[in-house]
Amino acid sequence: MSTVNGTTPVQKVDFSSDQEVRWCPGCGDYSILKQVQTLLEQSGKKKEEVVFISGIGCSSRFPYYMDTYGLHSIHGRAPALVSGLRSVRPELSVWMITGDGDALSIGGNHIIHLLRRNVDVNVLLFNNEIYGLTKGQYSPTSPEGAVTRSTPMGSTDHPFNPLALFKGADATFIARSMDRDPKHMREILARADAHRGTSLVEVYQNCNVFNDGAFEVFTEKATKPMNTIFVEHGKPLVFANGTRGIKLNGMTPVIVDTYAGGVGLDELWIHDERDPFKASILVRLFDDPRLEGAMPRPFGVFYVNDRPTHEDKLRAQVQRSKEMKGPGDLDALLKGEHTWTIG
Amino acid sequence: MSTTTLKPKPVETRQNVVILFAGDSGDGIQLTGSQFTDTNALFGNDVSTFPNFPAEIRAPQGTLAGVSGYQLHFGSVEIWTPGDQADVLVVMNAAALKANLGKLKKGGSIIANTDGFDKKNLRLAGIPEDADPLTNGSLEGFVLHQVDVTKLTRTALEGTTLGMKEKDRCKNMFVLGFINWMYSRENALTEGFLQKKFARKPEVLDANMKALHAGYFYGETSETFSTRFEVKPAPMPTGTYRSITGNQGTALGLIAGAQKAKLDLFYGSYPITPASDILHELSRHKNFGVITFQAEDEIAAISSAIGASYGGALGITASSGPGIALKAEAMGLALMLEIPLVIVNVQRGGPSTGLPTKTEQADLWQAVHGRNGEAPIPVIAASTPIDCFDMAFEAVQLALEHMTPVILLTDGYIANGSEPWRFPEAKSLPEIKPPFIPAREAGTPSNAEGMDRSALSERGVEAFLPYLRDERGVRPWALPGQAGLQHRIGGIEKQDKTGNISYDPANHEKMVQLRAEKVTRIADRFKPIRLDSGPPEGDLLVVGWGSTYGAIRTAALQLQAEGKSVAHVHIRHLFPFNKGLGPLLKKYKKVLVPEMNSGQLRQLLRAEFLVDAQGLNKIQGMPFTSEEIRAGILNQLRA
Repeated sequence: MSTVNGTTPVQKVDFSSDQEVRWCPGCGDYSILKQVQTLLEQSGKKKEEVVFISGIGCSSRFPYYMDTYGLHSIHGRAPALVSGLRSVRPELSVWMITGDGDALSIGGNHIIHLLRRNVDVNVLLFNNEIYGLTKGQYSPTSPEGAVTRSTPMGSTDHPFNPLALFKGADATFIARSMDRDPKHMREILARADAHRGTSLVEVYQNCNVFNDGAFEVFTEKATKPMNTIFVEHGKPLVFANGTRGIKLNGMTPVIVDTYAGGVGLDELWIHDERDPFKASILVRLFDDPRLEGAMPRPFGVFYVNDRPTHEDKLRAQVQRSKEMKGPGDLDALLKGEHTWTIG
Repeated sequence: MSTTTLKPKPVETRQNVVILFAGDSGDGIQLTGSQFTDTNALFGNDVSTFPNFPAEIRAPQGTLAGVSGYQLHFGSVEIWTPGDQADVLVVMNAAALKANLGKLKKGGSIIANTDGFDKKNLRLAGIPEDADPLTNGSLEGFVLHQVDVTKLTRTALEGTTLGMKEKDRCKNMFVLGFINWMYSRENALTEGFLQKKFARKPEVLDANMKALHAGYFYGETSETFSTRFEVKPAPMPTGTYRSITGNQGTALGLIAGAQKAKLDLFYGSYPITPASDILHELSRHKNFGVITFQAEDEIAAISSAIGASYGGALGITASSGPGIALKAEAMGLALMLEIPLVIVNVQRGGPSTGLPTKTEQADLWQAVHGRNGEAPIPVIAASTPIDCFDMAFEAVQLALEHMTPVILLTDGYIANGSEPWRFPEAKSLPEIKPPFIPAREAGTPSNAEGMDRSALSERGVEAFLPYLRDERGVRPWALPGQAGLQHRIGGIEKQDKTGNISYDPANHEKMVQLRAEKVTRIADRFKPIRLDSGPPEGDLLVVGWGSTYGAIRTAALQLQAEGKSVAHVHIRHLFPFNKGLGPLLKKYKKVLVPEMNSGQLRQLLRAEFLVDAQGLNKIQGMPFTSEEIRAGILNQLRA
């Protein structure tokens, strides 16, 4: 990866660091790293304005591979570090890298509070439905029955539906993408970067060592059309190469045929990423794809809301306090309200 | 109200008085006590206080569990403790008397609210009906004054629109007015306080004022009380004073530190007794660039503070023992990152939830040792409410100038206790200088220039070295946003100088040693150790730390006056120790270490200095009295 300035042709900003990337060969993380680097290189951001903060896990090594500011923290706590950093440095571009164990198990408490507060950060949740760095135990997103090193008879835990959880925590930007679709991922990352507030992007990421093929049905050419649906604002929900769509019967989504003689496009569910009610239904399209009649899994931007950010509100109070009381006068503070003099 | 001029009652002068107010936790005892404290402090007395309240907000009324107390020691002489025993005990009910009678001096005065000794209150206090202490003679040997505070307050408030419950809530003001009369004090300070507090509730204000005045006039007119007392101002050093509690002192010290470093202050915290008042105080001073963040839990509280420090603010978190336990992993991260961070532990009785509202010094080992791996963090401790200010300021200094987390230990006793403070001028406080890197011109060499290339990464020609240390072992503080200084740091073991991940065995050993050395060298800046009192060598040295200061000082001064060869040193730096401590310990035949734990400092001293230190230990959730310290010292001298 390393290049020494002067010996390679002049290029635009290179966001890769001089550290050797140490993920397993074939890991989905490489694809995400590449797309993030490409996005930042095209964004015109300066390297020094960008900060990556991560927790613990395979994905959390990410900051070391970026030639930006980076902090590899402790398990699950990245949202709290981000909250502190953003409170004092609102001008930076802050990215948080986490995984399904980091964000939803040990850090579950922190992620929901990050979302309700709406701290301005781009969160990339690498979901591979497995613990990779500890070598293959089930995670809070592993499906029930998952046979792993810690569940030889199958997992008895019901998994999280992460996006429904985030919607429940009043997230202001919810999206899903996948490692095997770089173009889509880049689009979603750009949208996330443009959003002010917590942008939560779940990325389906293949762990080819401990959970290979977990998302195969969504990513492989043969099965992808029938099992995925790519949503776009203002457009009808269609999938299966345009042959099928989803219609809302009241509150209930149903799959309908859209080819000749089928339901017209104008009768389908038109995606509105500003509609909190529809978003709550959309995140619920979370069927096990192995089941007969399963709904396709949605990808894209599910929901956007422009509620003010936490740091803006915090800092406005500081500003208002300065306007009301004047900038802090340390002597007046030490003196307090009641004094008496001796001598 | 009568306008007749009464014949003034005689006034007796007292050098110092200990008064203990006690009642139900809903009786407003803490307010009565703190108002009387402020009044005396304003008058010029030296004061020391000890609020003592139950963990429950409103424990069952009238029971022993619900008794709240406020002890005040004020005098025309130097005062170092809230007093061993009370001269006057003011009790609002039978339970308050039962719980506190043991703290009253022989021959002391009891002022009892008779309404609080009815059948119901006796039963709630677990006293048989036929054993009413007000009537059965058991209080012989004390001077008993019976006052029907409830009835007198209600009478005074006749004609107001308030309901009975609200009227009864003014009882504490009646008591305060009466005590003000008894000690020849004016009501003015409390009147001002009430006017501010109830500015928007004119009826409540009026009722409280009436009760306050009624209490005062009751003293003048009642025939029960023939004498008033007077405590003259203390010969305090000249200057301007205010009253301050330990938690206020801590908050102000932290703000002063941030101001002197010209940094914003970020305070991440989760509510916990007895530390929450620091959060309350800091949240009132946002105009100093103070950002307070009430986190979702203790771990988020410290982690957010680390994030803020990473961004270039002064990150601070505080808690008490159980919360500190939760923060341990993040403290290790701050230490690995070598980032400034102040962690305040307002200690309380432990382990686990322990005694939330009672005091203890049992988190010393937790502070010094309580992390995984070799994780040295400087530990300092405050000894009085005022000292909380000084030590909080020093904690900020050490954290910012040495790029390290610092633990400041206080405890519930000094956190809630108050004393008069001759506050410093801002300009007398030293500037604090963190090791920031000045902005660089593009193309200028980084701090890696002249380094051995083999230590650098492949791009090392230009790389910035986040862990290149100065002569004190301190690394530079490069902030996100500074061009050309991009670097990665984390909790994984890092390569010397570059900060890149390294699993090299020799590098790990070196890093562990470098981090330890950095903390050890902080002792280089400490002032020479100084005895608090006593001869430079002799029979016995009392080594104290933290809030035992007042009790030890009082006992040591007494014994020195009696000709005993006893000295007192009070340790503020618990890790690393002051370099003069070891030699000092060797100058006395015996070393005694009083602590509100089973001997934590004693063991550290023994391990570090191979000295046969003896312990004087109290683990009752209550501070030492000076009499207990005195007895402990005399025991050692005899042994």
